[in-house]
Amino acid sequence: MDIVELSRLQFAATALYHFLFVPLTLGLSILLGIMETVYVMTGKQIWRDLTKFWGTLFGINFVMGVATGITMEFQFGTNWAYYSHYVGDIFGAPLAIEGLMAFFLEATFVGIFFFGWNRMSKVGHLVITWGLALGTNLSALWILIANGWMQYPVGSHFNAETMRMEVSNFMDVVFNPVAQAKFVHTVSAGYVVGAVFVLAISAFYLLRGRHVELAKRSMTVASAFGLAASLSVVVLGDESGYVAGQNQKMKVAAIEAMWNTEPAPASFTVIGIPDMATHTTKAEVKVPWVLGLIATRSVDKEVPGINNLVEAAKDRIKSGMVAYDALEKLKLDRKNAGVRKTFEAHVGDLGYGLLLKKFRPDVQNATSAEIQAAASSTVPDVPVLFWSFRFMVGLGFYFILLFAIAFYLSARRKLDHSKLFLRAAFWTLPLPWVAAELGWIVAEYGRQPWVIDGVMPTSLAVSGTAAGNVLFSLLGFVVFYSTLLVADIYLLKKYIKLGPDETLGHKVDETLVAAE
Amino acid sequence: MDYEILRLIWWALLGILLIGFAVMDGFDFGTGILLPFVGRTDIERRVVINSVGPTWEGNQVWLILGGGAIFAAWPPLYAAAFSGFYLAMFLLLAALILRPVGFKFRSKFQSSGMRSLWDWALFVGGFVPALIFGVAFGNLFVGVPYGFDSDLRFHEEITLFSLLNPFALLCGLTSVAMHVLHGSTWVSLKAADAKPGERARAIMPWAALVFVVLFAVAGLWVQNLEGYKITSALDPNGPSNPTLKTVALVAGGWFANYRAVPLLWLAPVVAVLGALLAVLLRKKPLLAWISSALVPVGTISTAGLALFPFFLPSSSHPDQSLTVWDASSSKLTLQIMLACVVIFLPIVLAYTAWVYRIMRGPVRAENIMSDSNANY
Repeated sequence: MDIVELSRLQFAATALYHFLFVPLTLGLSILLGIMETVYVMTGKQIWRDLTKFWGTLFGINFVMGVATGITMEFQFGTNWAYYSHYVGDIFGAPLAIEGLMAFFLEATFVGIFFFGWNRMSKVGHLVITWGLALGTNLSALWILIANGWMQYPVGSHFNAETMRMEVSNFMDVVFNPVAQAKFVHTVSAGYVVGAVFVLAISAFYLLRGRHVELAKRSMTVASAFGLAASLSVVVLGDESGYVAGQNQKMKVAAIEAMWNTEPAPASFTVIGIPDMATHTTKAEVKVPWVLGLIATRSVDKEVPGINNLVEAAKDRIKSGMVAYDALEKLKLDRKNAGVRKTFEAHVGDLGYGLLLKKFRPDVQNATSAEIQAAASSTVPDVPVLFWSFRFMVGLGFYFILLFAIAFYLSARRKLDHSKLFLRAAFWTLPLPWVAAELGWIVAEYGRQPWVIDGVMPTSLAVSGTAAGNVLFSLLGFVVFYSTLLVADIYLLKKYIKLGPDETLGHKVDETLVAAE
Repeated sequence: MDYEILRLIWWALLGILLIGFAVMDGFDFGTGILLPFVGRTDIERRVVINSVGPTWEGNQVWLILGGGAIFAAWPPLYAAAFSGFYLAMFLLLAALILRPVGFKFRSKFQSSGMRSLWDWALFVGGFVPALIFGVAFGNLFVGVPYGFDSDLRFHEEITLFSLLNPFALLCGLTSVAMHVLHGSTWVSLKAADAKPGERARAIMPWAALVFVVLFAVAGLWVQNLEGYKITSALDPNGPSNPTLKTVALVAGGWFANYRAVPLLWLAPVVAVLGALLAVLLRKKPLLAWISSALVPVGTISTAGLALFPFFLPSSSHPDQSLTVWDASSSKLTLQIMLACVVIFLPIVLAYTAWVYRIMRGPVRAENIMSDSNANY
């Protein structure tokens, strides 16, 4: 394996690891805020116990998110040095702001969340808990603003003097429609993870007949919050689809395995077997109109197909070759106005020209076969995207159903009546993580071959370090993270089995009965 | 505001963030290094761990922010330093990752063997970063082999072994001594009436002595190193392209700034004075801690002022060394980030102070045992 593949593998592995912990932190932090708010409003001890018990599990998960998160921030520099140079002017800012605005808030408050219970007023501690929740959610906002720019690079231009992208309008970067759509979709997904976590573990207690009062109350909160979250994750996912339909046409076409442009409105392929080699999909089941409606919100606009987009890429590659040629000349003669004019006219396609770097160093002299190959390389891995997307969406609809039933049962005060429901709720525990990781794959693997869509191919973004170093660190991370994950799951299981009474050192349900 | 002024401000801000990191996270590192030695029984070790328990997480963000700020304000430096020191960075990461889990998980395991294992993980999590940061600073004075091609793609011939040269190792040990001193004043403050506090106070003079001696030796050694000097015209308002200047090596050149502005000698004086005051004031724990906080302030300033305007001198292509004038973000990005810092850093400092106020007072064994599951 070469350095590009190793670096990508390491990034995917560390990001997917990190993303095991982050969604639960996002969702659980809000649930803790809700539970503690009920405590402060009603003054009932059980809600304080609830907050502290779920807080214990939150804490074990939280440190894993912190530990794996440090890697993410360093990794752009260690493994993607040319990327860091090329787009650091834009991409670095949201990361630094994330530290300043979000990490400080959540990290400073999380200690007080655990250690401050007896040192401050009820309302004071509630402020801490909501501050913690706000911090985690703000951190998601800024990292997705950074990521949104990779998907749809707005508000920036190439500077030939510094050989990199530079910001021209920071507000465009912040209010990037792709970033905003991704943010609401991703945090909603995190809320679903948190809600399923509380629902499933509470179901476990109810099935065992343990901690019944605490479990029922937890389930009530989780089902209402989970229903809202699972609805919004699908609705806002649809918004993501619409925004992607506007700006990332290749990704949408790949997700749909739509090889050729269809007359509007395009039909939606529910299921089929896409084949990369022949650019066809076998055994398709299609629903007319639906894709056209999702991707263009109209009945008369076309959704372009993969083959058509490859053809369009060819033109941009040819224009990119002109830009590259002009840039090489500019390096030797910075003052040549004619060359600069040519460069300015084609600079928007420079990234497409750079796709040829994989085939030859002197991009400007590429043959038509190489141009064809470079254009074909803009097609992401269609079968993986096709199936990841369908499983993710299927799970999304399943969560809505589950939470709708949970909400109905909790409204009827019948949460502990149906063993079947409780078992289903318990066995749902791993599924929101599966959906979240699939979502990451659709978004990031679907961005390939680009690291910055249309601007920089992933293969150029790596560091100059030796491939052996990357192999070493990759293996190191896998072994190291897996060890920590074992400890993490051991402790989570231990505290779930111990239950709230042992964890908090008093009988939670009895205090409730005594109080009433 | 001029590009030149913005770059100067961001050079100073980088220093301030590094100092913030060394002061705030520094005593956490020191506490981790001291943990197995000042805590002999399980409960003593829990006292030590809980002395930083509620606040280490916020302190660590100074490091994250430092990394983010280098990325945002000095992208070529971020790219070069992080990828150039690849294996050192990996070791640093591995050590840093041990800390969050170490703090949280350690006392949630019941067996003494597991607890002892996590204690040593916390030691490594303090010692290795303290050492690596010192080694990294040392290598800035020696220079590392790297350069850029015409696309400004960074290339290097740096190996982990070459980073471990004698001068850099000396700086690494100086840094460890500094962190041990700063950690010992913290443990002395937070475990004031417990055994770990007493032991920390006993270690303090030795840590201070070792620091002052190593710091002085490093200073003498630097006189024999070759300093870097820009020899061509370099427009401080020019584009961030590190390939447009020429640089010469001058024996003793790292003292050029000190010769030009003798007032700069205040920086090393503050470092040494802080160490001495910490020892003299060790019966007054809070004052001792404030004194030991001056050590990283003085030490980092000493190094930064000597290197200015260089960040990362290149030993193989000195002309392409990264400097304040040719390694920054665009003017617009520096402006935006400056506005963010001016707005948010005071807010961060305010709630950090609030949190330290809430958690003020010594950590006691009986308080830990009364809520054993919730405490570290």
